Amino acid sequence: MRDEMLQEINRHAEQEYPEECCGMLLGKRRADDSEVEHVIAIDNSQGENRKRRFLVTPEQYRQAEKEAETMGSELLGFYHSHPDHPAIPSTFDTDHALPWFAYLIVSVMNGKSGDATVWTLWEDRSRFDQVGLDVKKGIHAVRQ
Amino acid sequence: MAIKVFIPTPLRACTGRQASVEVEGATVDEVLKNLSQRYGEIRQHLYTENNDLRSYVNVYVNDEDIRYLQKGQTTLKQTDTLSIVPSIAGGVDADDVAISSSVALDNEEVLRYSRHLIIPEVGMHGQKLLKESRVLIVGAGGLGSPLALYLAAAGVGTLGIVDFDVVDLTNLQRQILHTTEDLGKPKLDSARKAIERINPHVKVELHPVQLTSGNALAILASYDIVVDGTDNFATRYLVNDACVLLGKPNVYGSIFRFDGQVTVFDAKHGPCYRCLYPAPPPPGLIPSCAEGGVLGVLPGIIGTLQALETIKLILHQGDSLVGRLVLFDALSFKFRELVLRKNPACPICGLSPSIHELIDYEQFCGLTRPTEQPAEDDGLEITVEDLKSRLDRGDTPSILDVREPHEYSIVNLGAPLIPLGKLSERFQELDPSKELVVYCKSGVRSAKAVAFLRKKGYSKAKNLAGGIDAWAQRIDRKLPRY
Repeated sequence: MRDEMLQEINRHAEQEYPEECCGMLLGKRRADDSEVEHVIAIDNSQGENRKRRFLVTPEQYRQAEKEAETMGSELLGFYHSHPDHPAIPSTFDTDHALPWFAYLIVSVMNGKSGDATVWTLWEDRSRFDQVGLDVKKGIHAVRQ
Repeated sequence: MAIKVFIPTPLRACTGRQASVEVEGATVDEVLKNLSQRYGEIRQHLYTENNDLRSYVNVYVNDEDIRYLQKGQTTLKQTDTLSIVPSIAGGVDADDVAISSSVALDNEEVLRYSRHLIIPEVGMHGQKLLKESRVLIVGAGGLGSPLALYLAAAGVGTLGIVDFDVVDLTNLQRQILHTTEDLGKPKLDSARKAIERINPHVKVELHPVQLTSGNALAILASYDIVVDGTDNFATRYLVNDACVLLGKPNVYGSIFRFDGQVTVFDAKHGPCYRCLYPAPPPPGLIPSCAEGGVLGVLPGIIGTLQALETIKLILHQGDSLVGRLVLFDALSFKFRELVLRKNPACPICGLSPSIHELIDYEQFCGLTRPTEQPAEDDGLEITVEDLKSRLDRGDTPSILDVREPHEYSIVNLGAPLIPLGKLSERFQELDPSKELVVYCKSGVRSAKAVAFLRKKGYSKAKNLAGGIDAWAQRIDRKLPRY
């Protein structure tokens, strides 16, 4: 992922603080070295309790896939923020995760974006593992 | 009738990367069933083991969620499109405690500790507790080695180590902090090197001193947990008493040959070492590892158990060994557990303690030599130099080896062997009229043998001071030492 994309996610997370933000990651998927090409913010559709939850509705999801197709990219995954909590998947995150997607979590402490981590669910749903995040200027990749 | 089914990105791995596929079926259920049959792997992602659609799977007919139609029984027309649409949701857990931001982990640390972070009982909160913690290891030896390595790897923020010894060749069979190239150098140097190689984030604090009543409280005071990796009773009582007085937990381990013990002494919540052993054994009764030996892997086992208990204490997870003494017998491979109770009469942690400050532990353990040093010529002892010069002059005192047969086979002086334990039944094989020089490895067992023999009328029995070890160091350097 390019540095300016992570900065964009950080800004979005700080802007929505103390509520959770969410958005999608589009790009090229490769077996062990995917690349984020676009970061697109999505309105958090969670009605109540946006401080602790985010929701991408099926309609928003379908829209996201369409946008990916238009841009010639694939939907690689989603990002969301954890206001005043660490960038570690919650039980709720794990329960609602899909395999294959990359889930980027950014921690926002006292309104300031901090750690960002990327996680992915195993095919058999047995584990939610952290994957490496390479933030680069120029060359950019999500390393497994 | 073939219906066009839209496949979401994460499930396209199952359909050969196709975004949509044509599947036969007159109802939603039929189409999904046929889809699952054609692309077997997709099934587990759509359905739970109980054949219910998974909570994050939504099915749409055109733009309508089937929950608002007839669900699985919704009938389909040729022109309908079926879409499988995942819900994307997440967020922090309601019961997650917001953590303090006083300690932070950078991205490298998050990745380094990721196998910890994904355990719910550790998580970011626990890893920060580890980073904030200060642990003191007393002794960089057999137990201290795995302790230091695993506590460092686990991310304990500050590791203090007390040791004043240098690396000896006999250490390397078990003390994996040190290597052959460290021989003769301070153990603390190799300990620091090994820790920094494993985890450069750990702050290492070295205390190159012998722990004494004079310095123990000051050294221990700044640590949260003390781990006892010492090999002698005086230091164990000292560490115990200092921990009780300071109110700190003491993670205890001990090893001998094939046997190990581990527990956690925490006088605030359970017994202390003195509740278990009110008084030390008489000096020489319990051999040290140097005298009795220890299987090299045993401190690896006991030391890692101590590391485990230390980490649990830091994380506030699980049941600690407070009040439980675990005995490990490697030969039978049995772990036994004894219940330890606080002794109300314990002199330091009981109801009316008599010890309020650190005492003289050498004296307490009977290690202080009597103030009146026995005169050189009282005839009880002979030095290796004296024995050598007398042998050179042609004197022929009888020599007796009171070690064990397996020690005899390592090295001996060609003298007859009667192990100390057999002496009471075999002493009559010896001639009481002749001068007799008795030796063991270092002079402790032979001193007992001489005392016994003198009582039995062998008035010319003498102890070889320093034993065969002194002989090998000062007289015949070709002999192996052990």
